[in-house]
Amino acid sequence: MDLGLDVIEQNGYTVLSVKGEVDVYTAPRLRERLVELVSEGARKIVVDLEQVEFLDSTGLGVLVGGLKRLRSNDGDLSLVCTQTRILKVFEITGLTKVFSIYNSIEDATNGE
Amino acid sequence: MLGNTNVQLDIPIQMEYVSLVRILISDLAQSRREIDPQKVNDLKLAISEACTNAIEAHKAIHSDQKIKIAWSEQPDHFEVSIRDFGKGFDIEALPKHPPVTDPERLNFERGLGIPLIKALMDEVSFNSSSEGTFVKMIVFCQPLEKKLDFDSEL
Repeated sequence: MDLGLDVIEQNGYTVLSVKGEVDVYTAPRLRERLVELVSEGARKIVVDLEQVEFLDSTGLGVLVGGLKRLRSNDGDLSLVCTQTRILKVFEITGLTKVFSIYNSIEDATNGE
Repeated sequence: MLGNTNVQLDIPIQMEYVSLVRILISDLAQSRREIDPQKVNDLKLAISEACTNAIEAHKAIHSDQKIKIAWSEQPDHFEVSIRDFGKGFDIEALPKHPPVTDPERLNFERGLGIPLIKALMDEVSFNSSSEGTFVKMIVFCQPLEKKLDFDSEL
């Protein structure tokens, strides 16, 4: 099962676009990539979930861990997601109150 | 007429099989039941959580015994069960997460699987002992009228 992880820089933000299914098998790759980005100096990371087809609690845990890592380094991690089925996972777990979730990369990187 | 169709699947203790189970069971549900697409997504997530917990339970005790997945259906619902042979857990004693507004919440990356299963399934039961855990998840929906009925006469 493939997990696409593409990185671009936009408006001073590091945008990590995730594509595919994020579960217990693939989530470690997402965690590794986030850790790499922080160790390379990224402090404002936007994780784009628009092409994620599936996300379970393992994926949520990786994102929570990424947010913790960034906040402890005076940074922040926000999300881009408009898909109902993915947003539902955040809503059930209450994590919509933990993450800033935007409708587009443009909104996220403008801080709107 | 719909029979009590059963499907059983044994999976190895490897995380890559979790996606196989959720695809297989969700395809089975869509091919045999009148199920809302959103409920299919809920089912995929609940299966993923339960299978992940089961495999982790076996890894914790270094067991290579296979996990048992079963599908069965009745006129008004279908059931999916996941059985592991780990050391079990006390569902009443699971640690509670701090409120989401508490900065300490970020120290908890795990423990969301069972709350998600409970929230997403129409009915769910957890039976756990020192000999393992049996999770039964129920979704209420009608059979498809035109389906591949394993029990119909030609």
